[in-house]
Amino acid sequence: MQGSVLYNLSFAAVICVVCAIAVSSSYVSLRERQEINQALDVQRNVLVAAGLAATDESLTPEEIEVRFTPIQQFVIELETGEPTDVDPATFDFRADERDPLKSRVAPVNNAGLNRVANRALVYEVLGSDGELDLVVLPVHGLGLWGILYGFVALDADLGTIRGLTYYDHGETPGLGGEVDNPRWKNLWPGRQVFSPDGNPAIEVVRGRAGTPEEDPYRVDGLAGATMTSRGVTNMLRFWFDEQGFGPYINGLRQRGSD
Amino acid sequence: MSKRHDALMDPLFNNNPIALQVLGICSALAVTTKMDTALVMSVAVICVTMASNFFVSALRHQIPTSIRIITQLTIIASLVIVVDQVLKAYLFEISKQLSVFVGLIITNCIIMGRAEAYAMQNPPGLSLIDGFGNGLGYGAVLMLTAFVRELFGSGSLFGVPVMPLVAEGGWYTPNGLMVLSPGAFFIIGFLIWILRVWKPGQVEHE
Repeated sequence: MQGSVLYNLSFAAVICVVCAIAVSSSYVSLRERQEINQALDVQRNVLVAAGLAATDESLTPEEIEVRFTPIQQFVIELETGEPTDVDPATFDFRADERDPLKSRVAPVNNAGLNRVANRALVYEVLGSDGELDLVVLPVHGLGLWGILYGFVALDADLGTIRGLTYYDHGETPGLGGEVDNPRWKNLWPGRQVFSPDGNPAIEVVRGRAGTPEEDPYRVDGLAGATMTSRGVTNMLRFWFDEQGFGPYINGLRQRGSD
Repeated sequence: MSKRHDALMDPLFNNNPIALQVLGICSALAVTTKMDTALVMSVAVICVTMASNFFVSALRHQIPTSIRIITQLTIIASLVIVVDQVLKAYLFEISKQLSVFVGLIITNCIIMGRAEAYAMQNPPGLSLIDGFGNGLGYGAVLMLTAFVRELFGSGSLFGVPVMPLVAEGGWYTPNGLMVLSPGAFFIIGFLIWILRVWKPGQVEHE
C-alpha cells in the first residue's frame, strides 16, 4: 500500500487538512486579541506623534483611552479636505485602498504607492482654549522591504512638525528599523514641512543635518539605511503635497484665519 | 553516555548548529542587536524544532519517501504560523521588532535539517529531546552574540542601560559596527574560533 500513488495523494491530503485546521483555528481564536493589540498600538502611536506619550512609555488600555479624550477624529475626503460622516471607529484605510469604489489609482509618485484610498482618518487635538493645538496625519510609503505606516503631528501653524512615528513596518532591525529609535524621532520636532513657496521641502539627508533652527527642512539620515531614509522623504513629500493632505491643510488654514 | 543525554548535549557544544554546521546564520545576524528579541526568537525556534521533530518522528513510518520533504515543510510552516500568531496576540511589541524573522523560521535550515537527519530515524521522545537540544544550541549562540552586540552597540542589556551613552550624558561611545549585521559575523567567527581551540576535533582537515 505504502508507496502507491493513491497512498501518497491521500497522505498529502490528510496532512494538508490537519495543518490547515491547526493554522486557521489558531488564527480565528487569537484574532480578537490581535486586533485589540493593533488598534491600541495605532492609538498609542497617535499619542506619541502628538507628544502626549513618550516613545518607550508603556500604557495600559485605560490610560490610552484617558489621554485620547482631547483628540477629535475625522474621516476626511482627501480631494476636498472636507470631513465626511464616516464613523472613525470602523474606518480602515487599508481596506478602502483595496476597494476600487473607495480608492483611486495613485498619481505618479516616488512613495511606492499604487492605489490610495479616497478618505483618510485625521486627528485634531484642541488646546485648553478650544483652539486647534495640533493635527496628527497618517502617512505611508515604501521603504526597503515594504510599506511603512506612521503618523506625523503638525503644530497649529500647520507647518512645524511636532513629532513623527511609525507603527508598522518591516525594515531591517538595527538599520532601517531604527525609524523606531527614540533618538532619531527626537530630531523631528521643530522641523518645517513646507518651504516658503508652500511646497513640501522636508527631507531625510545622507549623514547629519543641523539643528531645527539652522536646518529646518533636513533631518539626519539613518546609517546603513539609504532606501528607508529615502522612503521617509518620499512619503512625506507625497502626503503633504496637493494629492495628499494639501486640500485639508489649506482648509484648516482658512478656518483658522476666519 | 545515554542516548538521551547525547541528543540534548551534543548540539550545545560538540555539534552546534550555528558554530559547527554554520546553519541559521541569517536570523542569527538579524535578531541579535537586542537581547530581548534574541531571547524571544530563541524560544520560538526551540518550540518549533521540538514540535516539528516530534510530529515528523511520530509520522516517520507513514510519511511516503517520495514526498517527505514537502510533508516536513508543511508541518514546520504550520507550526511557525501558529507561533507567529501567538506572539502577535501576547507579545505584540516584540513580535513587531522581530517582524519578518519569525515567519522566516520556516526556512531555517536547522529545523528542516533535524527533521530530515534525526526525526525520520528516531522515536518521538528522543526526537523531542534532540529538537530541544538543537534549539538550545541555536539559542545559546544567539544569546551570546546578542549579549556582546547590545552591550557594546547600545550600552545596555535587555534594554537596561549598563554603560551610559555619550548621547544621553554618559561616557560610553557605542560601537556602530556592533549594531550592523557584519558585527554579528565577527562575533560568531570569534565564538567558532574559541570553540575550536577548546575542541580541536571540530577543525576541518585540509
